[in-house]
Amino acid sequence: MRKVAIYGKGGIGKSTTTQNTVAALAEAGKKVMVVGCDPKADSTRLLLGGLSQKTVLDTLRTEGEDLDLEDVVKVGFKGTRNVESGGPEPGVGCAGRGIITSINLLEQLGAYSDKWELDYVFYDVLGDVVCGGFAMPIRDGKAEEIYIVCSGEMMAMYAANNICKGIVKFAESGVVRLGGLICNSRKVDREADLIQALADKLGTQMIHFVPRDNMVQRAEINRKTVIDYDPTVGQADEYRQLAMAIDNNKMFVIPKPLETEELEKLLIEFGLEA
Amino acid sequence: MLLRHTTDKVAERSALTINPAKTCQPVGAMYAALGINKCLPHSHGSQGCCAYHRSSLTRHFKDPIMATTSSFTEGASVFGGQANILEAITNIFALYDPEIIAVHTTCLSETIGDDLNQIIKKAYQEGKIPKGKKVFYASTPSFKGSHVTGYSNMTTGMVQYFSENTGKPLKQINLIPSFIEPSDMAEIKRITTEMGVKFVMFPDTSGVVNGPMDGKFHMYPKGGTTIEQIKSAGDSSFTLALGRVGAMSAAKLLDTKCKVPCEILDLPIGVRGTDNFINNLRKVAGVHVPDSLMMERGQLVDVMSDMSQYTYNKTAALVGDPDILVSTAEFLVDLGIKILYVVSGTPAGPKFERRIKEIAGEGVIVKTGANADMFYFHQLIKGNKPDLIFGNTYAKYIARDEDIPLIRIGFPIYDRVGHQYMPVMGYKGGLRLLEKILTAIMDRQDRDAPEEKYELVM
Repeated sequence: MRKVAIYGKGGIGKSTTTQNTVAALAEAGKKVMVVGCDPKADSTRLLLGGLSQKTVLDTLRTEGEDLDLEDVVKVGFKGTRNVESGGPEPGVGCAGRGIITSINLLEQLGAYSDKWELDYVFYDVLGDVVCGGFAMPIRDGKAEEIYIVCSGEMMAMYAANNICKGIVKFAESGVVRLGGLICNSRKVDREADLIQALADKLGTQMIHFVPRDNMVQRAEINRKTVIDYDPTVGQADEYRQLAMAIDNNKMFVIPKPLETEELEKLLIEFGLEA
Repeated sequence: MLLRHTTDKVAERSALTINPAKTCQPVGAMYAALGINKCLPHSHGSQGCCAYHRSSLTRHFKDPIMATTSSFTEGASVFGGQANILEAITNIFALYDPEIIAVHTTCLSETIGDDLNQIIKKAYQEGKIPKGKKVFYASTPSFKGSHVTGYSNMTTGMVQYFSENTGKPLKQINLIPSFIEPSDMAEIKRITTEMGVKFVMFPDTSGVVNGPMDGKFHMYPKGGTTIEQIKSAGDSSFTLALGRVGAMSAAKLLDTKCKVPCEILDLPIGVRGTDNFINNLRKVAGVHVPDSLMMERGQLVDVMSDMSQYTYNKTAALVGDPDILVSTAEFLVDLGIKILYVVSGTPAGPKFERRIKEIAGEGVIVKTGANADMFYFHQLIKGNKPDLIFGNTYAKYIARDEDIPLIRIGFPIYDRVGHQYMPVMGYKGGLRLLEKILTAIMDRQDRDAPEEKYELVM
């Protein structure tokens, strides 16, 4: 079973990219579980066709610790298994602890057990690695490969670099490695070159360049992944390529994060020259 | 009447605990860690946690309990406790030179999500842990479970980190006791030795928290299980876990990790509890029960039957830790005592409830978990007064207000001595527990008897 975590700046399209990639993997016959680690609980909406799912922490709150796996795992598109950690309302409690509690509980309940014959687990994690709780999915024995979703926008690259710092800490004493950057295009000048250059500096690869296409928006309004909504369009193929690139990936590294100055220089070089 | 505001009317409560019938996870974790030879418990959190847990144990055992802390400050809670504990590890080995440091977490370090597994690996990699020395940890957030959970987690951590199946089976069995007194651990060892069975027992706090006074300070007393022994537990032929809530998890892990089969027994309190323990020892080790133990058993049965007119049909209410409650209840039933209430702050689940009802009958009221507190226990007692209360020191307020004799069992006992040195387990321990019960009943009878009924011979 490969354990994958997807990180990236808030609003960059992590959940959309994860679900479309998972849909492509499921379409190719892989057994996949998605664990949403965002208090907003919107990481599995497209695979389930709606937000209705009860989260692990909601269930814990209302029903106590005596719960069954079926209470929190919902089967979605092509047999994908979907879990939402959930979390507190905005502005109260501790979302980070929520993720720790939720993942511990899933382990106890046997969500990762061999009997599900999972090929992949995907953790879709909120924004930055802001605190210890949000690093839970990359602790030893949890996710082993990380992909960072970014774009050619400065703040997205800045966040990607920051996440790499988090990875280094856990990679030095554990097995977790960076698998690559996924560029989710924002149509910035020379975007692919820029992310490729960033990947080179970090010592990793740009595993796929996902072009911007309104088809994604249309599919999302219909609560579907592109693969589900219209499997014949070009954008569906893009996600299939990304899925296959991840499936065949052999490049797993401990990243070398950049200094801020170096990062800015990169932007000037690519952004202004055009 | 310190508790005069407690009424007998039990109202529905959902979010209020009054005088909990349990304490923090790290208290149990610290105690279990002391059961390893030359081990220094380390509390990964703020200083107050460590101070409280140490003082709890010190007050109970009347021996100084050694432990260190990561001394979290505002900074550590923002930036994570890694820097603190790495420095602590360096200092501890330089100043106190233990063989092993057993780290347990606290509410704060759990909430901020410190990854101790990663931090300890880093400490090894950076050479902060001298060659041959060891550091391991258990996760013990107090917002879950109780001191018994913490004890269980630390004991499970020992198996996780050290037990190994080397492929060369050893002719020995493992004994894993729940959270019990050092005197009881010693008694379990004595019985097993008397049976001629080779064994490894862990944790083993006998000789550590009840050591002798010899005029010198010993940072690390002689007692405790060695790491070598815990390692060898993976090659043992069988494990007997004594107490489901406190000892099952470690025994189960030994089964899955090292393929050592296990049996989960109740604690050996009273005739049936001890019979069951000895019978299992006999079966798994293929030995005979020596006459010496038959003699002890006979003596206990003798006193039980001689004095049954005093114990028969008395009623009792029990509060404390689940494993001790189960076995004590069984002994009391054998004495003809009727059990009215069993309350434990430790969440022990429906299995516990079923077991208690099996022993004491369907009529008994059983409640466990955070809402099962001393206040609720007191309310039950007000509703229908028992002849005896069994519980820890905190039950003394109820006992005084209601004028009911209290027999001290479990943890903590801050206001009496003896429990550290004299067991209540095994047949001999059963005799001691019976003596306590009879003394309580007879003292009460003497106190209340009118002059013409004041008996010389009882």
